[in-house]
Amino acid sequence: MPLWNFVRKSFYQDSVTLMRLTRDMEAVSDVTRAAVMMGTPQNLALLKDAGLLTAEGEAAGPTDLVVAVAAGTRAAAEAARAAAETALTARRAATASGAAARPRSLAGALRALPGATLALISVPGAYAAAEARKALVAGLHVMLFSDNVPLDDEVALKRLARERGLFLMGPDCGTAIVNGVPLGFANAVPRGRIGVAAASGTGLQAVTCHIAAAGEGISQAIGVGGRDLSDEVGGLMMEPALAALAADPATAVICVLGKAPGRTTAKSLRARLDRLGKPCVAYFLGDPAAGTAPTLEDAALAAVALARGTTHVPAEFTQPPEAVTRLVERAANRLGPGQRFVRGVYCGGTLAYEAIGLLKACLADVAPGVTGGGSGHRVVDLGEDVFTVGRPHPMIDGTVRREWIEREGGDPETAVLLLDLVLGYGAHGDPAGEILPAIRNARRAAAAAGRGLAVVASVCGTAGDPQGLAAQTAALEAAGVIVLPSNAQAARLAARVVVSRR
Amino acid sequence: MAARPLLGGDTRVVSVGLELFADTLAALGVPVVQIEWRPPAGGDPRLAALLARTEDDRPVAAS
Repeated sequence: MPLWNFVRKSFYQDSVTLMRLTRDMEAVSDVTRAAVMMGTPQNLALLKDAGLLTAEGEAAGPTDLVVAVAAGTRAAAEAARAAAETALTARRAATASGAAARPRSLAGALRALPGATLALISVPGAYAAAEARKALVAGLHVMLFSDNVPLDDEVALKRLARERGLFLMGPDCGTAIVNGVPLGFANAVPRGRIGVAAASGTGLQAVTCHIAAAGEGISQAIGVGGRDLSDEVGGLMMEPALAALAADPATAVICVLGKAPGRTTAKSLRARLDRLGKPCVAYFLGDPAAGTAPTLEDAALAAVALARGTTHVPAEFTQPPEAVTRLVERAANRLGPGQRFVRGVYCGGTLAYEAIGLLKACLADVAPGVTGGGSGHRVVDLGEDVFTVGRPHPMIDGTVRREWIEREGGDPETAVLLLDLVLGYGAHGDPAGEILPAIRNARRAAAAAGRGLAVVASVCGTAGDPQGLAAQTAALEAAGVIVLPSNAQAARLAARVVVSRR
Repeated sequence: MAARPLLGGDTRVVSVGLELFADTLAALGVPVVQIEWRPPAGGDPRLAALLARTEDDRPVAAS
């Protein structure tokens, strides 16, 4: 296969722009594979592994743009390069016409936007801590969206933030809704009287969406970082987040979310929650008994009930038992005797862990981790740090997810493919459209081998999201996917399908 | 100078990194400025972190 690399010196582009360029190039006829990456050592290694690196690319440095094309002819490779150049030029022109020249430094940004209050930082993890430090020193609150931020840096940054009376939201939890402004991945939810403090990104998204669906709204939603409740971080940001919500006159009820807290942190958190002075719901992943709600959906509905002075009674399914039985029968239809396992392919970390917890409640041999290990039931979270180095998050780019859907769906032992779909600002414009080709391929491959394949999903989103909850759900259902109203219900249904075949 | 509280009042955002987020905020009418970011120190993260630490004592001036 003829292969070409083109290098543009000192030409940095972010990972989302690179993904779009790759797509533009792959759309050129006679191009078999394309990749556009910054020339970091890790990226060059990836290109080499993919068989896409030539001597020209190998000489590139971390700030150089490397364009790699495998094409049938030199002309096709040049056409692909031209497509990338055109897209970049168009982007530059749009930027230049839409605003004055962009600042190149934080000082310049503060001159361009007097009274700035917050820095939203989404540079690659290796550089993120330095940028966050600069923003804190300049007196800005920080939402640290970046993944792959070292734990020591997180602790140091959060201590610095506390000393200065600032918030350092994130990392590993790229979402918040502050004063109605969505930061990172967040959904279009109405303003209201429920405040959320979450050490969990998709947990925050799921709960705010369920609250919106129930007719209530969000006062503030503060994402404190996925590791904040570990004993290493010790709730350094959960504490001020709870204090801020307790003092916020618009917040009537507080909802606290996160992974199970570390032993020491759990004690101080419990004491803090006892003296909040406002009604509170707590959900802790992996240890629901430590909180007051068994699932994210229940946490949302319990908060809604507290706001309305009513009581929420948790139920396994929204639909009546006979309707659930029909869904199980439909899903199990045409499954072969060797198809025994639930295989989850997720982009939301908290949703993945919640699914694991619910599968474990009724199935044996469930892999505890989310990186794809285990030979029985398993749920992989493609938003985990190991999958996002040098790539956009799977909520933005479905490439890796499509590969996993086809791989897991193609395993003759897979009975149910379990999926989450996360809508909202920052996410892909059509997440259902992104993964449906892979679902269809997996189904076709199973049918060719004489098997069926059940696909069960939930959609985390709202009617107001840019992608539209109803449209995304309809697209999945039209392709034969069984869509449940929550991740917990989807995981329970998947488990029932497997149990029904014993 | 005391830090401005996170909750209440306006949220005015400096975006460093993915332009996608700044584009989203601008479309929603949120005041936002995108920094034209480049990996510092020629793309060497360790050197970049060292540089940032040496800058710690020098507050960033807004004017």
